[in-house]
Amino acid sequence: MATLEHSLPQGEAKVRQLPMEYSSDEGRLRIFGFWTFLVTDMILFSCLFATYAVLDKHIALGPRPSAIFDVTGFSVETMILLTSSFTSAVATFAMRRREKSTLVVWMIITMLLGAAFIGLEASEFLKDVHAGATMEASAFLSAFFTLVGTHGLHVSFGIIWMTCVVIQILQRGITPITSRKVFITGLYWHFLDVVWVFLFTVVYLIGGMY
Amino acid sequence: MDVTPQTHPEHGLRLPIIGFVLSILLTVAALWVTYHSHLNSAGIVTAILCLAVVQIAVQLFLFMHVLESDDVPWHVLLLGLGLILVVAIVAGSIWIMTFHTEAY
Amino acid sequence: MLSGIRTFASHFFVLGEPMIYGADVAILLVSFAIVFVLTYFKKWGWLWREWLTTVDHKKIGIMYLIAALLMMFRGGVDALLMRTQLMLPNMHFLRPQHYNEIFTTHGTLMILFVAMPFIFALFNIVVPLQVGARDVAFPYLNAISFWMFFFGAMLLNLSFVIGGSPDAGWSSYPPLAGPEFDKGPGENYYLMSLQISGIGSMATGINFFVTILKMRAPGMTLMRMPLFTWSVFGACVLIIVSFPALTAVLGLLLLDRVAGAHFFTILSGGMPMMFVNLFWIWGHPEVYIVVLPAFGVFSEIVATFSQKRIFGYTSMVASILVITVISYFVWAHHFFTMGAGPGVNSFFAIATMVIAIPTGVKVFNWLFTMYKGRVRITAPMLWTLGFIPNFAIGGATGVLLSVAPSDYQYHNSYFLVAHFHQVLIGGTIYGMISGMYYWWPKIFGFKLTEGPAKLAFWFFNVGFYVTFMPLYVVGLMGMTRRIYTYPSGLGWGPWNLASTIGSYTIGVGFVLICVNILHSVFYGERDTTGDIWNARTLEWSIPSPAPHYNFAVIPTVTHRDEWWAIKEERRSKKEAKQTPLEEIRPIPMPKNSGKPFLFSLCFFLVGFGFTFAWYAFVVVGFAGVITLLIMRSFDYNTETTISVDEIRRSEAAFGRI
Repeated sequence: MATLEHSLPQGEAKVRQLPMEYSSDEGRLRIFGFWTFLVTDMILFSCLFATYAVLDKHIALGPRPSAIFDVTGFSVETMILLTSSFTSAVATFAMRRREKSTLVVWMIITMLLGAAFIGLEASEFLKDVHAGATMEASAFLSAFFTLVGTHGLHVSFGIIWMTCVVIQILQRGITPITSRKVFITGLYWHFLDVVWVFLFTVVYLIGGMY
Repeated sequence: MDVTPQTHPEHGLRLPIIGFVLSILLTVAALWVTYHSHLNSAGIVTAILCLAVVQIAVQLFLFMHVLESDDVPWHVLLLGLGLILVVAIVAGSIWIMTFHTEAY
Repeated sequence: MLSGIRTFASHFFVLGEPMIYGADVAILLVSFAIVFVLTYFKKWGWLWREWLTTVDHKKIGIMYLIAALLMMFRGGVDALLMRTQLMLPNMHFLRPQHYNEIFTTHGTLMILFVAMPFIFALFNIVVPLQVGARDVAFPYLNAISFWMFFFGAMLLNLSFVIGGSPDAGWSSYPPLAGPEFDKGPGENYYLMSLQISGIGSMATGINFFVTILKMRAPGMTLMRMPLFTWSVFGACVLIIVSFPALTAVLGLLLLDRVAGAHFFTILSGGMPMMFVNLFWIWGHPEVYIVVLPAFGVFSEIVATFSQKRIFGYTSMVASILVITVISYFVWAHHFFTMGAGPGVNSFFAIATMVIAIPTGVKVFNWLFTMYKGRVRITAPMLWTLGFIPNFAIGGATGVLLSVAPSDYQYHNSYFLVAHFHQVLIGGTIYGMISGMYYWWPKIFGFKLTEGPAKLAFWFFNVGFYVTFMPLYVVGLMGMTRRIYTYPSGLGWGPWNLASTIGSYTIGVGFVLICVNILHSVFYGERDTTGDIWNARTLEWSIPSPAPHYNFAVIPTVTHRDEWWAIKEERRSKKEAKQTPLEEIRPIPMPKNSGKPFLFSLCFFLVGFGFTFAWYAFVVVGFAGVITLLIMRSFDYNTETTISVDEIRRSEAAFGRI
């Protein structure tokens, strides 16, 4: 907010060396605010992870984790999401070089990879449900669907959000405001990738050992 | 706005590419440790959790530009506190909840 | 058809309870009165433009304050009903079910819809002024926070007349609150209203965290920050790291209830105690979230009215930070009796005891600040003085409770009830009321009259001891929490009677506070200087009530008690403070927006939909939420500018030019 033009005195020299998204007070505040939001989201996921870790052997009459996890399936999902994280980083790179069309192309690739990931995850869920492994079957499955599903909802929301940002880039070009939006969606996307790495490790690999 | 285009002229796309290669290698390593190594289960869990922690570092430093800041990098301190509390929540919950209650 | 409607209505509306019929009538009458007054005086446009769409932190603060006082009235009535029921053995003033509903809503309201809005009122009103900023970091998000809180509170209050109140206790433990034992919509109301207001609280935490770290006036280093701002900082860190746990645990219980999941059920491998574990990961930091700002208020007031700088500023800051971190590692002390084993219980017991150390440091610092000060006993100071013995007793009984083996004796007894009321009322409520008295002139431009204020304090304070001291005793005699009635012959009767008399005395104190406010509207001393208490920090350097833009020129800070230092300097140089005309620049301010109100209204629809499993509402609500988010993303016209002329005119009106 330019209301705050007086603030941030210490870093004036430093600000000039930073990329465009930091050029306004509003940009700096929002980027910092978004990091703070990411910490809240991190705690949210950690509670779901804790629940999964406590309940992952509570299978009652339902299937064991190893019976429903498909190694190829979740490995492919992981590779796709890791690749999308990379393409998102390339998009930020293109933005910082002020290459509008390159930026848009890489963002669209990122969103398509995200959509592919969501598609695979949805088909995995459908397969489980058809096999009778529903949320109602056991505490383990409740924890599994909630944790993985919450991540999936985050990714879906990220795709909608990025779509809005891409449209604004096409309308307005790379400005201090749009560049800040690209950077923040990028942070969100990389964060979801970190969460997925832990889902992959804790839910699929460690959980799948039982 | 007369802000000049900013990037990392000294390494260009090198950092993201290194990050990408590392993240793929780390994932493959985790799969290999789980399904093909001869470690016992505690060893596997420790090893793949360590690999996941390295992945956090890859994303934070090579993709998310975590050290960029106009001021004291408060977000890094908050992230540090957040990570400690994440460990406290998960490890604490397991510690509290699994004592003599594993009746399935 | 007709019988169908009748069956639906008999489930939808709460029937067969004279008190609730009375409430229905009262709600209808008040609603009609509000609509009539707004229409008659043609005030709808004013309401929308000035309040419902505002993003001004001062107005949002006022709305939080009004909401907190209204909810305190309702929670207080609940408390009096409970105390009436428990006055004598074998009373049948309330039905058991109704009693359960009342203790549940009392607890939920007092923590989430009284303590939280009250601290947020002071955050909003004071923090930007204390750090020398023109608004918070994200004014639009701040409006969203308020409206999310407001609609969350409305949802919980609606349960009273539509569908039935929650009845499983404010902590709502499964399996009692789970789908097997609590089928009605009451628990869903609880889950959704806390969820919605919790999202708002989380946003407030982020907002003030960023404001404090990034928007301080030039020269205000961290160690020059006023202690209230420091305490808000500690509370915000705790909000950021603990409220997500509440979001998670409420979400999981909702999934158990509406989607047939098995997190906390008895069957299919669920683990009810996991709810308790997650709930207190939020719940314990939460009590520090509400008490830290009260500590901050006392630090400001003690220094101002002792006319001395605070004793041990650095140790005050250190103790805030230590409390912030350690309070995250004590949550299991709420369920020592689960029997998690000696390792767990020892760890959490010791961590709990450790918190008493920084808290003790603060109490001594307040006492040393008063020592050899020229202490003025005004209303805010009186509440502060009342707080100190209160909190000392509450803290000491807390240490007793933290001893895990003896907690098996105290757990869920009235000893515990007395303890947490002593710290929550004696700490938070005393702190917030004293803060209200202290900053009232800054908010509204007049002081609350001292006479009625002191009378109110004495009724409240005496009533407080008469209510809660006997409860420690009956607790040790074995009376457990949440019981509906008790037989005679146990020796509990006289203590309970005393407690009930005390609670009505507190009620009189509350009424006197309201009378005090009304009286002061007409007779309160007007604040013409902006510094009616001869105070020390920046908010007192600007006129009361503060102009829309707060500071015509942002000050440059050179001292810890900046305003006191400026006054000292002026006294030595004998020159009056003038706004430096040439330094006034046009001020860009955020535009008002109706979207936060509509956004939260959509969340209200979602909440109502989940409560009754009417999923059409949920879909419509979420569609509204997403649409408003997208509209906001595409909105680039969010600022307006206050011209130099306008600023000069309003500064001249305050006699500052």
